[in-house]
Amino acid sequence: MKYLYYPGCSAESTGKAYDISTRTVMEKLGVELAELDDWNCCGATSYFSTREIDSFAIAARNLSIAQQQGDDDLCVICNACYTTLAKTNRYMAESAHVYEQVNGALNAVGRSYDGTKPVRHIMDVLINDVGLEAIESKVTRRLTGLKVAPYYGCQYSRPIGSFDDTEDPQTMDRFFEALGADVLTDFPAKLKCCGGMMMLTNADVALRLCHEILKSAKDMGADVIVAACPLCEMNMEGYQPRVNSAFGTDYNIPVMYFTQLAGLALGADPKQLGLGMQAVSCAPVLAAIPA
Amino acid sequence: MPSGEKIKICQQCGTCTGSCPTSYLMDYGPREVIAAFRAGMIDKVVKSNTIWLCTSCYSCTVRCPANIKITDLMYELKRLAIKYDLLPKDSKNPAMTKYFIDNVSKYGRNHEVGLMAKFMLTKDWGMPFRFAGLGLKLFTAGRLPLAPKQIRGKEEIAKMSAYLDAQEAKAQ
Ligand code: SF4
Ligand code: SF4
Repeated sequence: MKYLYYPGCSAESTGKAYDISTRTVMEKLGVELAELDDWNCCGATSYFSTREIDSFAIAARNLSIAQQQGDDDLCVICNACYTTLAKTNRYMAESAHVYEQVNGALNAVGRSYDGTKPVRHIMDVLINDVGLEAIESKVTRRLTGLKVAPYYGCQYSRPIGSFDDTEDPQTMDRFFEALGADVLTDFPAKLKCCGGMMMLTNADVALRLCHEILKSAKDMGADVIVAACPLCEMNMEGYQPRVNSAFGTDYNIPVMYFTQLAGLALGADPKQLGLGMQAVSCAPVLAAIPA
Repeated sequence: MPSGEKIKICQQCGTCTGSCPTSYLMDYGPREVIAAFRAGMIDKVVKSNTIWLCTSCYSCTVRCPANIKITDLMYELKRLAIKYDLLPKDSKNPAMTKYFIDNVSKYGRNHEVGLMAKFMLTKDWGMPFRFAGLGLKLFTAGRLPLAPKQIRGKEEIAKMSAYLDAQEAKAQ
């Protein structure tokens, strides 16, 4: 099994551990990842605020490179990158105007793109291509008894919902059940917004949103929150101390990229998973998993 | 915005506002934004805090019974606000948006450290102090590289944008 791989900008800084653990997990599962050559920023949510067509054009540069580089699907780890790239395909298909403008811009730099490169979220690849049975068979350290709060984040299945439900996604629940965890399947904040980029511009609003998620996880008795997006992870984990000072709480809830926890179940060394890069220690999680 | 004409069939049901995580802080909730748009009073909305409180969570969009792409509309309004300089005085979002784009146009990728540094220096003097504890932790954990990564094709980003500028000028 082989995929082209788009790490995204966060994977080079705050989300480094997501990239490291993704590569480790995929290797353990025998999935080959070939990094997309000379990829650029997907544009994220900020780019849509300038000129819509620019955001599609820069996203399409990546997709055009992907088409050139090979026939494999493009696997993406960040929810926001995933949505931006998948949305570009969809809008190119829906609108002849978008299609023409994007190709005009690409032609100006000697490229073109027909709008058909499949963009896949890493969880989609794991569940639907690798398969839960195959994954379960490779588990060396079952997550028995570990209370996992699956946090999906907004742009996991919204707005497109191609591989999971937009209102009640289940894939991450099923994935961690396969790894033996005690998944908090009715975690009410699984889709609540973390505030995204607003943590930098309207911190009071974002802190409140994170507070609601953390409170919900604590009330459910979660041992760990798992995330599938660098921004969600950063907001819920890195800003936990600030949530505490803003709301007089004492949260100390480990937040991991879902690939980090999966890596542990698959027997990877914590160092190969970027553990220890977190501001909130994951040591309690490591201690809680039966050896 | 593909299928923007759909706002005509908004039923004013309020599902969008009810689904919005920040509507309680907005001067106008998403339902009111659509109403204002149709009444030709969009300038009020563009100047309000509403659009800058939209987190792009897409809750409204997936729930709207009329399939209106409300999140895309919020983006459209952000663009209008930036274009006509109708920004709320205390809003930091437009600056963040601008620096983000400058960053990507220059390097091809977003350099998070450079983005935050520029933002702090110009828009938020208090941020380095509030951010200090976390910043230090992230830095020592190797999560804040100081040098930006540059792509080989970085001039392509500017060229594509120049092409689209010319197209826009031609259309007007
Ligand atoms: S959910 Fe859709 S139809 Fe209902 S008020 Fe909002 S925009 Fe209008
Ligand atoms: S996308 Fe924006 S307007 Fe729509 S529900 Fe989310 S925050 Fe509210």
